[in-house]
Amino acid sequence: MTQSAPTAPQDAQAPKGNRPLSEGARQERRLGWMLCAPAVIVMLAVTAYPIVYAVYLSLQRYDLRFPQQAEFVGLSNYGAVLSSEFWWEALWVTVFITLVSVAVELVLGFALALVMHRAIFGRGTVRTAILVPYGIVTVVAAYSWQYAWTPDTGYLAALLPSGSAPLTEHWPAIGLIILAEVWKTTPFMALLLLAGLALVPEETLRAAQVDGAGAWQRFFLVTVPLMKPAILVALLFRTLDAFRIFDNIYILTSGAHGTGSVSILGYDNLFTALNLGIGSAISVLIFLCVALIAFAFIKLFGAAAPGAQEGGR
Amino acid sequence: MAEIVLEGITKRYPDGAVAVKDVNLSVGDGEFVILVGPSGCGKSTTLNMIAGLEDITEGTLRIDGQVVNDKTPKDRDIAMVFQSYALYPHMSVRDNMGFALRLAKVDKATIREKVEEAARILDLTEHLDRKPANLSGGQRQRVAMGRAIVRDPKAFLMDEPLSNLDAKLRVQMRTQISRLQQRLGSTTIYVTHDQTEAMTLGDRVVVMRGGVVQQIGTPQHLYDQPENLFVAGFIGSPAMNFLHATLEEGRLRTSVGDLGLGDRLRRALERHDAPRDLIVGLRPEAFEDAALVDRGKIGSGTTFGVDIDVVESLGSDVYAYFTEDEWQPTATSELAELAADSGTADTGAGGHQIVTRLNASTQVREGSRAELWVDTTKMHVFDPASGANLTLSEEPAD
Repeated sequence: MTQSAPTAPQDAQAPKGNRPLSEGARQERRLGWMLCAPAVIVMLAVTAYPIVYAVYLSLQRYDLRFPQQAEFVGLSNYGAVLSSEFWWEALWVTVFITLVSVAVELVLGFALALVMHRAIFGRGTVRTAILVPYGIVTVVAAYSWQYAWTPDTGYLAALLPSGSAPLTEHWPAIGLIILAEVWKTTPFMALLLLAGLALVPEETLRAAQVDGAGAWQRFFLVTVPLMKPAILVALLFRTLDAFRIFDNIYILTSGAHGTGSVSILGYDNLFTALNLGIGSAISVLIFLCVALIAFAFIKLFGAAAPGAQEGGR
Repeated sequence: MAEIVLEGITKRYPDGAVAVKDVNLSVGDGEFVILVGPSGCGKSTTLNMIAGLEDITEGTLRIDGQVVNDKTPKDRDIAMVFQSYALYPHMSVRDNMGFALRLAKVDKATIREKVEEAARILDLTEHLDRKPANLSGGQRQRVAMGRAIVRDPKAFLMDEPLSNLDAKLRVQMRTQISRLQQRLGSTTIYVTHDQTEAMTLGDRVVVMRGGVVQQIGTPQHLYDQPENLFVAGFIGSPAMNFLHATLEEGRLRTSVGDLGLGDRLRRALERHDAPRDLIVGLRPEAFEDAALVDRGKIGSGTTFGVDIDVVESLGSDVYAYFTEDEWQPTATSELAELAADSGTADTGAGGHQIVTRLNASTQVREGSRAELWVDTTKMHVFDPASGANLTLSEEPAD
């Protein structure tokens, strides 16, 4: 958002081609830059600087235990990360959790959005109830999930055969991480989709009804296509968020039993092993992955993607 | 195409509000029927009940002889054109028009053929592969019509299909719809709040108010023989003028003078046992510049002098306005609603304006006094309590 702001004055100038700007236009342009400046400065301080610094660190051998040995090593940290099985395992776990949780969230989120949209009585209550999980701090929710699944003390663990500790096994633990993630963020998805449902005119649905479309046909042939921009926004936000999953895993398993995501891996290297070089390289790789996902969304979905021109509708 | 019969159709909402009350209407095969009335009169609800978009609380609805109360819109085989056109924005014009056929699993070649034929009729061929967003208002309207035509349904339902167009285009499309309906011979029910559309398009017009049918008849019949104050005031543009009158010694005493009653009117009023206080309705064309009336004819009316406020010359006619002060527009609920609907309640103009339509050669001038003549044989007299027209010569024929 903030990044696109400084380009606005250029857009305003665009239709004029290469003709010299009039005095008024130049003043307007200067005002535009001045209005954007505070935001740009803040963005530079809090995002650009850390990113540049992380890239710088990732090119150094820099272990806080041996600060004297710090030196420029080029891309060798990246070589070390990319040739390590820990990175690929963490990446695979992250992608799996991302795909499954976003897919489940999309389906559930749609169901909840439709419930909120169609609720005739108790509209406010229904909406509040659905949004409660999203209002709880992730760490707090994660702890309550952790207690619930701990053998002997947890009320959910008590439902399982005695002696089972799901958080200590690979697949059950991943399943529970996904469950916690879905429980927590489905309301967000539902909220974004609800906003999208409001884009679908009632008369268009009625027209489809008269044209002979059943409820499912109306949903898939009219509602979903009309909501495409909103669905893409929701998917993009959630995919980027899910890819950076950290707190749920940190609390539930700390990344044990092959449940660590790339963010957990980066954290371990940076703050547990204190290896700033390797840790920064991992962070930069995560940043590149996220950028790649965003790029893929824009490319794959073309004109209907968020941020593109509103020509899709 | 088919016949549509409504018997005692009623719509009551869960909160008890009645939107439509006991509507009886039979629309013949190929007939063009208009439902008209001010907003909130239940015309759109009635149409939605026929389409199957709203449940019918009471009564029976028959399409082509079959009771369809509990059938879904899909199984009623009717097409509908919406006010907003309700085109599918993500589909091309071709796909919009073929959507219903695609859902009905008609094979692709047939869909293509039917869509292209409809496009030819509606002059949309060159736009078939465009999206609705790239069409003008009139083109979108035609796509909405095309979507209805390709299906070859039992009936067309149209919900204010022209009200999103500008005035000039509306008139053009009005004739086009009329021509199209004749060409296809389709049973059509058309909802509008615009009485001009109702008068020009319909074979028959149904005037509704507050969920109740006021009168059903041909446009001319409604114009000449309105059954009540509401129909009288709603049909016709400019609207009928109303005056308070008291019945004294066989004459109607009004603020513009005493209006004589002809034999026909006197008998009619006697038959209805008319009360002393009445409302007189006079259409603008019942007035004429007294100087231009034939000597022989002048006796069949009353001549009176007024101060003319405004003169509007339309070339073919002249509209002259004068103000009358005794009027209380809220005297009856019908007139209050008419005033609200036409917006005259909001204009805040002092007094009650009377519109007269005079011959173009009149010498009447703004701000000067004029002698006007009114043809009392064309006068309608209403009972203020019931709103009923007391001057209808015969029992109303459909």
